[in-house]
Amino acid sequence: MDLTYTPQQQAFRAEVRAWLAANVPAAPLEHFDATREGFEAHRQWEKTLKSGDWGMVTWPTEYGGRGLDLIQWLIFEEEYYRAGAPGRVNQNGIFLLGPTLIEFGTHEQKQRFLPKMASGEEIWAQAWSEPQAGSDLAGVRATCVQDGDDYVLNGHKIWSSRAVFADWAFGLFRTPGTERHKGLSLIFFPLDAPGVTVNAIKKINGHIGFAEIFLEDVRVPAFNRLGDEGQGWHICMATAGFERGLMLRSPARYQVAAAKLADLWTAHGNSADPALEADVVRAHMNADAYALNIYQTASRLIAGAKIGPEASTNKIFWSEMDIHLTQTALAILGPLAELTHDAPDAAPVDWIDDYIFALAGPIYAGSNEIQRNIIAERMLGLPR
Amino acid sequence: MDFTLNDEQLMFAETARTLFADSCTPDHWRKMMEAGVARDDARWAGIVETGLTLVLLPEAAGGIGLAETDFALIAQEAGYVALPEPLVESAGVAAPLLAALAPDHAILTDPTATIAIAHPANPFVANADSAAAILLEKDGETFLATPDQVTLTAQPSIDPFRRLFSVAWDAADATALGKGDWDLALDRAALFSAAQALGLAQRAVDLAVDYAKERQQFGKPIGSYQAVKHHLASAQTAIEFAKPVVAAAAAEIGAQDVQSRARVSHAKIVALEAADKAARASIQVHGAMGYSWEVDVHLFLKRTVALTQTWGTPAFHRARIAARMFDQPMGPDQTFARETKNG
Repeated sequence: MDLTYTPQQQAFRAEVRAWLAANVPAAPLEHFDATREGFEAHRQWEKTLKSGDWGMVTWPTEYGGRGLDLIQWLIFEEEYYRAGAPGRVNQNGIFLLGPTLIEFGTHEQKQRFLPKMASGEEIWAQAWSEPQAGSDLAGVRATCVQDGDDYVLNGHKIWSSRAVFADWAFGLFRTPGTERHKGLSLIFFPLDAPGVTVNAIKKINGHIGFAEIFLEDVRVPAFNRLGDEGQGWHICMATAGFERGLMLRSPARYQVAAAKLADLWTAHGNSADPALEADVVRAHMNADAYALNIYQTASRLIAGAKIGPEASTNKIFWSEMDIHLTQTALAILGPLAELTHDAPDAAPVDWIDDYIFALAGPIYAGSNEIQRNIIAERMLGLPR
Repeated sequence: MDFTLNDEQLMFAETARTLFADSCTPDHWRKMMEAGVARDDARWAGIVETGLTLVLLPEAAGGIGLAETDFALIAQEAGYVALPEPLVESAGVAAPLLAALAPDHAILTDPTATIAIAHPANPFVANADSAAAILLEKDGETFLATPDQVTLTAQPSIDPFRRLFSVAWDAADATALGKGDWDLALDRAALFSAAQALGLAQRAVDLAVDYAKERQQFGKPIGSYQAVKHHLASAQTAIEFAKPVVAAAAAEIGAQDVQSRARVSHAKIVALEAADKAARASIQVHGAMGYSWEVDVHLFLKRTVALTQTWGTPAFHRARIAARMFDQPMGPDQTFARETKNG
């Protein structure tokens, strides 16, 4: 065990830091779920990132990446959050679909989709959930019927993040007559294809980050199917493991938040309940523990291990950590807690918005109840 | 950067696991509790023979000279079986302190001898009566005394395998050894308490899992009910996020700076919280059986209570973490940072 960075890793950190210092926009961008302008400003940032070859550092170079390992990815993410760089508007593509495409896609599919994903030229939405199928994804009802070289898609998707402004979506579709997890296929469709209707759904913070999607006889080439017909469940489970286990939430995000919370305590602690210091310390401990866990996982994966059901513990940990951290900030702020960022007396960090966002954590990417079932059944071996 | 264990480290842990699995079973605990003893000479002979007491001892003192990472894995296995003998206190904390002051001391050459330690962090001394000698501290000086050179007053512990004593002593009756690094001894003890806690926690969960698979209610194993599953999944999550902190604390302890002390403190807090969470979940899953003397979960709960409050309370350790937070840079590039002088 060696918990020090190699000279190469230190040099890489310096390179990332220097590039970000020269390129990160001075003023924060409007949120990509708030308005079309905010979304397009983020697309422009993705293009800038790509110009420095930082679009997706772990991907193979032939598909628009740098071919770096997971420790280097962690260093990149640490510097990215440290620099206060904009949120990744293409996160559904690069963190969710991208790794799945790399594992299950054909060379032609990778060539067609990955470089444009890494550059932000095509921004992806996920279209998994349906009105009757949330955490129980095997209950998906939307259908795909092969017709010559095409698929014809029909159905109703919901809670699709980014779909209002995005260019493409990936969803699960059922071959008619099949049941549960059998007969599902993972298929990509352009959100401006004939027969696609996207209706915005406002989130509790007022952003239009969700959408419902209606598909009526939408025709896409069979080329857009990832893996074999009927293999969609297997592929989605692999994706979900990655989502819960590693890439969805960088440790750096929470380490920045814990440092800001410590600053908030230093600035406002004398007017707050002294008992809150224990929560400020706890927030740092949680963020540090999460970082150590991810570093350990990255080391294991580099040494040849595979992500297993323990990935479900990550999702529980970061989602609960985020709520605790942001709630602690609100408690320190006291009566300032409810002010929105445009209020004259608002604190420099918009903690109320972070808190409201954190509340979604235990729900998306498979609810925490489902994660606990997975841990109990697949890690501990309890009966179904 | 490589956060993985090597084969040698895994081998020693495996050796300890096998030895304890054979020699420290519920039957052994029961017999010892009935006899009111906290030491099994046959098992201790096995521990000595396997070399587990020599792992952390420097080669100059006749040891194997491995590091805290190696011994932490053994401590974890000791926790998993609620080991009655003071392997961790003696071989992990006291012997290295003695060896640093007097590598040729006769006690270190007797493989069966245990050493107790009267650390200022603790009001009571564990297993002082059966020790060949007790390490004591006064005004920064280290002393060594045999149990008959001091006055021991038994202070019974809720943990049937922890024999605690108040120690009254006179420096004139003890052997002075010099200064000694009592801060490092505290860090080691806190670290190995955390490592034991990982074992205590996992055993509590494993006992509950076994029971929940067998025990039927309303026509189904209780482990098929979501409420039961969620108790154990939450405990397992706490364990999974304490493990890397303990591993990092073990790897970094030698730095002896504000970051390494904070990491040790972090490890002790979260590993013992995981053990507490696991023991309580296990008792709940066992129902009224879990509250009985007959079911073994109480051993793991009691050891957890003991280790939580000894070798620095949670408040002591939280203050050390706060010192790291507010005295040193924080942020995403600081996970593995070392001490920097401010100003």
